[in-house]
Amino acid sequence: MIQFLVHEKSDTVGVATVDIQSGEKVKGLYMDSQQPIEVKALKDIPLGHKIAVKGMKERDPVIKYGHDIGMVVAEIKIGDHVHVHNLKTKRW
Amino acid sequence: MKMPNTVGYRRENGKVGVRNHVVILPLDDLSNAASEAVANNIKGTLALPHPYGRLQFGEDLLLFFRTLIGTGINPNVAAVVVIGIEPEWTNRIVEGIAESGKPVKGFYIERNGDINAIAMASRQAKEYVQWATELQKTEVFLDELYISVKCGESDTTSGLASNPTVGNVVDKLVPLGVTMSFGETSEITGAEMVCKERAATPQVGEEFMKVWNAYNDIIMRFKTDDLSGSQPTKGNIRGGLTTIEEKAFGNLQKIGKKTKYVGVLKPAEPPRGKGLWFMDTSSAAAEAVTLWAASGAVVHLFPTGQGNVIGNPIVPVIKISANPMTCQTMSEHIDVDVSAILRGEMTLDQAGDKLIEMIVRTCNGRLTAAEALGHREFVLTKLYVSA
Repeated sequence: MIQFLVHEKSDTVGVATVDIQSGEKVKGLYMDSQQPIEVKALKDIPLGHKIAVKGMKERDPVIKYGHDIGMVVAEIKIGDHVHVHNLKTKRW
Repeated sequence: MKMPNTVGYRRENGKVGVRNHVVILPLDDLSNAASEAVANNIKGTLALPHPYGRLQFGEDLLLFFRTLIGTGINPNVAAVVVIGIEPEWTNRIVEGIAESGKPVKGFYIERNGDINAIAMASRQAKEYVQWATELQKTEVFLDELYISVKCGESDTTSGLASNPTVGNVVDKLVPLGVTMSFGETSEITGAEMVCKERAATPQVGEEFMKVWNAYNDIIMRFKTDDLSGSQPTKGNIRGGLTTIEEKAFGNLQKIGKKTKYVGVLKPAEPPRGKGLWFMDTSSAAAEAVTLWAASGAVVHLFPTGQGNVIGNPIVPVIKISANPMTCQTMSEHIDVDVSAILRGEMTLDQAGDKLIEMIVRTCNGRLTAAEALGHREFVLTKLYVSA
């Protein structure tokens, strides 16, 4: 059983496939290579929401599907919940 | 990958269909009642009522004719009876369909009245049904099919699993020579530069950008300061989507990882050769699938998250979902359940193979969930007000 999936090797975030509790050690899977990955969750992360698999500084891009999906606006540590509080669109 | 064969109906113009409908096609809103009466009289026929066909002009009228004629020409259709209020535009549809070599005949209500028109059209429809029901399916190659793709009621499971499953199929079937098409111009917003780069040539990429810019200009013209609050939607954000870029890349998963599109099509325009094609369509499910059906698509792949129930009268729509809740609570609507991907128990490659198997079974005659449930959404795209 896994708790999150990561689309591609270059991605900096994965997606929770179950509700993840803060402090939990969670197992994930890279969908391109089927490689396993393990991360300690720093926050509660609801199903469908993003979990950081790499640390990111302010103004860094967040990578998902191998593409830039927006800009970091508050520092992100491995295991953090990545959402509207620390990631913003570059569009508007 | 070895190409699976299937069976289909080879039409007069050489194209292959997987259904064998006799369609009663109303020219206009006024002819819906007579068309439905004929379909009621003659079993095995299918009326396609719609609300338009009067006082349209310019590009909107051209799209209207392209859609109705294309629907008649679609290889899933064996023969067509057209009913219109007057002869001139009715004949324009009849002649357009007849160019494909398909049996088609038109009937008019003016100077006949509904009852006489229904009687004449019913006799013709009966002939067509008896002729069509004797047509035999023959073995065909999968690369003779034209398949369209579009998602609806998406959620995070769409970007995670059901859209990439369709993308996996695109990456497998297009190299084998299958013709495929994607669209949803508006939903590409946020990933338009990446979509432009997925074009086979820079020129095709520029054509795509022209279509996308035309759409974006409309959005900008009516722009309000709540746009950032509507894309992604509140529901999207609650589900875990953060930015419009993320939503758009999730949508774009449907065209796979490496397949390049070879051209840009107007709404309802048939592909000019094999390969993957971009069609300028609305993102509204029934409108878009109706346009693809009119362009000649014979099967549609429809990934869904929350459970869009759309079907089409002449094209089997195959539903794919990875949302375990949807697959459980709306099981009668889902043809392919790929929720095992979320548990790490199924790879995208396996999910893609499962979907290809369902395409073959559908071509072989298995009714899709939408067909069995009677979903026949036939929705014409209207570009602007009538005269």
